[in-house]
Amino acid sequence: MFDLDKWQEILATIRQNKLRTFLTGFSVAWGILMLVVLMGSGEGLANGIEYQFRDDAVNSIWVNSGQTSIPYAGLQPGRSVRFTNEDHDTVARDVEGVEHITSRFYASGTLTVAYQGETGSFDIRSVHPDHRYLEKTIVTKGRYLNDLDLAEYRKVAVIGERVKDALFATRPAIGKYVNINGIPFRVVGLFRDEGGQSEEEKIYLPITTAQKAFGGANRISMFMLTTGEADLETTDGMATGIRQLLAQRHRFSPEDRRAVFVRNMNEFFQRFVNLMAGIRIFVWIIGIGTILAGVVGVSNIMMIVVKERTKEIGVRKALGATPGSILGLILQESVFITAIAGYVGLVLGVAVLEFGARALPHSEFFVNPGIDLRLALAATAVLVLAGAAAGFIPAYRAARVRPVEALKDE
Amino acid sequence: MLRLADINKSYAVGANKLHVLKGIDLEIGDGEMVSIMGPSGSGKSTLLNVLGILDGYDSGEYYFDETLIKGLSETKAASYRNRLLGFVFQSFNLIPFKTAVENVALPLYYQKIARRRRNKIALEYLDRVGLADWAGHLPGELSGGQQQRVAIARSLITKPKVMLADEPTGALDSQTSREVIEILRSINREGTTVVIVTHEHEISEMTDRVIHLLDGVIERDKNNGGSPSPGKAGSKPGAKTAGGAA
Ligand SMILES: Nc1ncnc2c1ncn2[C@@H]1O[C@H](COP(=O)(O)OP(=O)(O)OP(=O)(O)O)[C@@H](O)[C@H]1O
Ligand SMILES: [Mg+2]
Repeated sequence: MFDLDKWQEILATIRQNKLRTFLTGFSVAWGILMLVVLMGSGEGLANGIEYQFRDDAVNSIWVNSGQTSIPYAGLQPGRSVRFTNEDHDTVARDVEGVEHITSRFYASGTLTVAYQGETGSFDIRSVHPDHRYLEKTIVTKGRYLNDLDLAEYRKVAVIGERVKDALFATRPAIGKYVNINGIPFRVVGLFRDEGGQSEEEKIYLPITTAQKAFGGANRISMFMLTTGEADLETTDGMATGIRQLLAQRHRFSPEDRRAVFVRNMNEFFQRFVNLMAGIRIFVWIIGIGTILAGVVGVSNIMMIVVKERTKEIGVRKALGATPGSILGLILQESVFITAIAGYVGLVLGVAVLEFGARALPHSEFFVNPGIDLRLALAATAVLVLAGAAAGFIPAYRAARVRPVEALKDE
Repeated sequence: MLRLADINKSYAVGANKLHVLKGIDLEIGDGEMVSIMGPSGSGKSTLLNVLGILDGYDSGEYYFDETLIKGLSETKAASYRNRLLGFVFQSFNLIPFKTAVENVALPLYYQKIARRRRNKIALEYLDRVGLADWAGHLPGELSGGQQQRVAIARSLITKPKVMLADEPTGALDSQTSREVIEILRSINREGTTVVIVTHEHEISEMTDRVIHLLDGVIERDKNNGGSPSPGKAGSKPGAKTAGGAA
């Protein structure tokens, strides 16, 4: 129930004690401000880390070939391992937990790309349709590669927005033919990529077509796959399985770290997740520290408040104030001040984050600092409640003291 | 009205005990006007505080209107103080950040009477002590005599049965003292029991009965000539009407 009388009492005492009110408010506002800035910065760091992983699937395993470095089964070290379509198919078939899988084939030598007199050299990736999930390719127009393209060796291409800009400028590209090393490919789609400009200077071709057109036979340069929702342990098992499978097929030692490179991105990502968790814990510890400092500040001031008002409390009691009403008066004032101050701290903290983020030099490791408003509100509520709890003890003592004792106080 | 039987009270002073009230037997009738005198440190204020339920006592019995006042909870004591008792202190004890009318109205706040109504009543009581024009002023803007009159208005607003005043004129000059005593006198004439602690004979002479304390015991208890008083033996007050508070 809204008790206008009580509020008038409280506003009167606040007006009466501006400095004290300011000090209480300041310690609370400061605590919340620090908390918000800290949590926001932590969030910015976490976002920065996430940003590093923005354009590739994090739940993926990447497999590149290398050279053997250990003699095995009578074979000398130094052999190059060469992947073929069969490797791709075997892994896709025999390794459990593969969600999407794609190979990449890079033609040897540089390929020039031309459209009506405009030429350029772009990175050309010949891939399977699943590649889009691994690179998180965003198709902006037309379509991506599909199974039919591969099956029928279609000469089609999906080109990046930057390629389109370079070759076509403002002209439409879909349905037009670009020449790659003299072979015309029909543009069926355009794409964007969160990975930035260089990732949009790419051309995707059906792997089967490219192998045929650019002398690749059944060779593939590398392959990668996603692991779905599998946990780190499972994906590590998958990585080991892939290594063993390849070791068997290409006759190298499973211990040979240089024959193939199997990179489990889950592991890298997990490392960053752990780092993020560490940062979060750190922020929480500091945050709880500031909150505690705020609580101590509030309770100190509450103690002073009660001391200052002892005489007044005595008078009120002589006039018939119950312990409950005294307690309510003091606590309500404290809650009121801390709530207002907490809110001010919250707003200031968000403002600091906003302006700070704008003032700081741009960094890929610090992106979009911001806070969960619910969390900040919860922190404010905690501070308000803790302030009330801290004020409760002196207020309770004051409320119970005999009026004579309070009245004697000068 | 008020009956004390063998009241003892001591204060702990360091490791020692200071025996302040040593077996007080006292009866104050309905509608009496009593003054308590005695040298400094004789226990006058202590006695008054016990009577006003502002403080407890160690042994004996204190009856207020046949109700034993002993070991009350603070909440219960607060209710008695609010409804039955009025206090006037030497140092006025007004709340400095409240205006005169707000100070007077405060006891009604604790009776949960709405603000508008209690301020209206408070204004009536301020008018009774001649300060209606000062209603909006803070205590700091009033003279000592005016502050004490505000305090009296505040103590009257709940229509208490008993009014207790601890050296109410101690901080006032003799002219204002007389005015204050006149007000207390008129309150008493309307039926309220009044107990005043004082050092001044001029004031005690205006009361019906004077109780002399010495070192924690009642040394003398005499009626002033002419005024009806039950003294120690009886419990009948004069032909006064009982206080109105229900
Ligand atoms: N809270 C207390 N703790 C310890 N001693 C106290 C306390 N209150 C009063 N006393 C002592 O009790 C004795 C009686 O005090 P009291 O205030 O009743 O005297 P009084 O008769 O009112 O004196 P005065 O005329 O100076 O006001 C004094 O010796 C005083 O020092
Ligand atoms: Mg005294």
